[in-house]
Amino acid sequence: MIIAEQKPFKEIYESVKDSEKLLVLGCGTCVTVCMAGGEKEVGVLANQIRLAAGKDGGKIEVTEHTITRQCDEEFFDEGASEKIKEADSVLSLGCGVGVQHIVQLYPDVVVRPGVNTQFYGATLQQGIWTERCAGCGECVLERFEGICPIARCSKSLMNGPCGGSSNGMCEVDPENTECAWQLIYDRMKRLNKLDKLMDYQPPKDWSHDRDGGPRSVSREDVLF
Amino acid sequence: MSEEQYKSGSRLEQVLTSGNFALTGELGPPKSADRETVEKKANLLKDSVDAANITDNQTAIVRMSSWGAGLIAKECGLEPVMQITTRDRNRLAIQSDVIGAAAMGIKNILCISGDHHSFGNHPTSRIVHDIDSVQLIATLKKMRDEKKFESGDEIRNTKKSELIEPRIFIGAAANPFADPMEFRVVRLAKKINAGADFIQTQVIYDMERFKKWMDEVRDQGLHEKTYILAGITPLKSAKMAQYMKENVSGIAIPDHVVERLSEAEDQKAEGINIAVEQMQELKNMEGISGVHLMAIGAEKSVPGIAEQAGFLPRPTQYEKIS
Ligand code: SF4
Ligand code: SF4
Repeated sequence: MIIAEQKPFKEIYESVKDSEKLLVLGCGTCVTVCMAGGEKEVGVLANQIRLAAGKDGGKIEVTEHTITRQCDEEFFDEGASEKIKEADSVLSLGCGVGVQHIVQLYPDVVVRPGVNTQFYGATLQQGIWTERCAGCGECVLERFEGICPIARCSKSLMNGPCGGSSNGMCEVDPENTECAWQLIYDRMKRLNKLDKLMDYQPPKDWSHDRDGGPRSVSREDVLF
Repeated sequence: MSEEQYKSGSRLEQVLTSGNFALTGELGPPKSADRETVEKKANLLKDSVDAANITDNQTAIVRMSSWGAGLIAKECGLEPVMQITTRDRNRLAIQSDVIGAAAMGIKNILCISGDHHSFGNHPTSRIVHDIDSVQLIATLKKMRDEKKFESGDEIRNTKKSELIEPRIFIGAAANPFADPMEFRVVRLAKKINAGADFIQTQVIYDMERFKKWMDEVRDQGLHEKTYILAGITPLKSAKMAQYMKENVSGIAIPDHVVERLSEAEDQKAEGINIAVEQMQELKNMEGISGVHLMAIGAEKSVPGIAEQAGFLPRPTQYEKIS
């Protein structure tokens, strides 16, 4: 899923403090799971804004709402649409996709981002999420037996570890980040495929990544 | 050997192919447009080493480019080994630098991935790593031997014009001391297969561990497929040794080395003694073709160390030694 982290309150407040009718809009999918922008976070944040505005002597009328997915038009039902149109600003706690989707659907509303969208990751344990995929557009996991050096090696090295791999950890963040190449090595060993490490991996075709420009996928077979 | 039979004809290549024991040094470019400092360092090194690596934004700190400083060194009579990291430039920029450098007479290039930019003075910049160091080696080999760019395009101005490829002696780095231990020789083999003509190793303090690595290298016959230059850096003090031991990943310093330094009256001199002893030992080690003496910021000490180790004068004739 997409992992995001709520922006510092000060930054959020600065970006919305001049509005009069603010809608804090949560998203029920990725950001709910990573506890950055679901219904619960919407409630807490809305209260914080009310309190801060009260202290400032300002009067922001804050409403709250959360929909299943901000990245899909079908979830913007009548109720959500009405709330968005009534507000002069929307603070979206969806990822960057959600923010832009609201802008596209409701061109007259001002939308502010409430989270920093980070990466495609997995939940390691409650409260810890970690990057697993960089969306490179041409998955090469087969060559590395399911561990991605593009997303998980700090230097995206495809032909083996740099000289900084130490005790299984990456030199860039030895406290928290495992060396992807130690993981790949261990995995090959476990699967009895160490000879696969000798394969030369040629330069990657980055044209499928963002380097080829903004991407879109269109599927003739499922188009209406 | 005639000039055409060499891959590059660089002095380093000639020293190595003739069977001489090579000595390379290192020159760290300045953090400004200060030409004089490069000249000073080059003049210090030129008669003591066969060639010197010109580092490429070492430790991810902006410095004079390796090819700019390399040209100054060359003008002073010091043969440059231009370092290229894959950290800052993509395959377009790297290849254009390579043909530019070759046109200016730079003949040795060392391919490395480079220190992560989060350690340097522009930690907010974007990291590149479009290609990795092994892919860079293969790219240079393709440019030199197939006369083609990485994309497959031929290295010539128009379809009808002459192919003018860069004649480069290709180097790579190897670290026998990093993890995963078992991967280290594999990684070396990959670099050799990709086209590394010579290898410079990480600095050696743990000679026992290095010997074990070399055993494996010899078992696989890798020393016969490339020239291996062993990395040496004199330690300045027991304190520096202790610090490096604890804080620099990929560097192994055994306790007995730290102890020897701390017991010495003149720690700096003792550090040099250790380096000299290592150089002499390496000179007799099967499969080692030279020493890479890295004394960045201490270029002054290089002639003395080379002398003390019995590495001077450097060869000027490259008749095959049998
Ligand atoms: S190879 Fe690409 S698509 Fe596959 S996991 Fe890695 S970054 Fe994601
Ligand atoms: S230590 Fe491992 S993960 Fe970190 S940059 Fe080096 S090879 Fe990649």
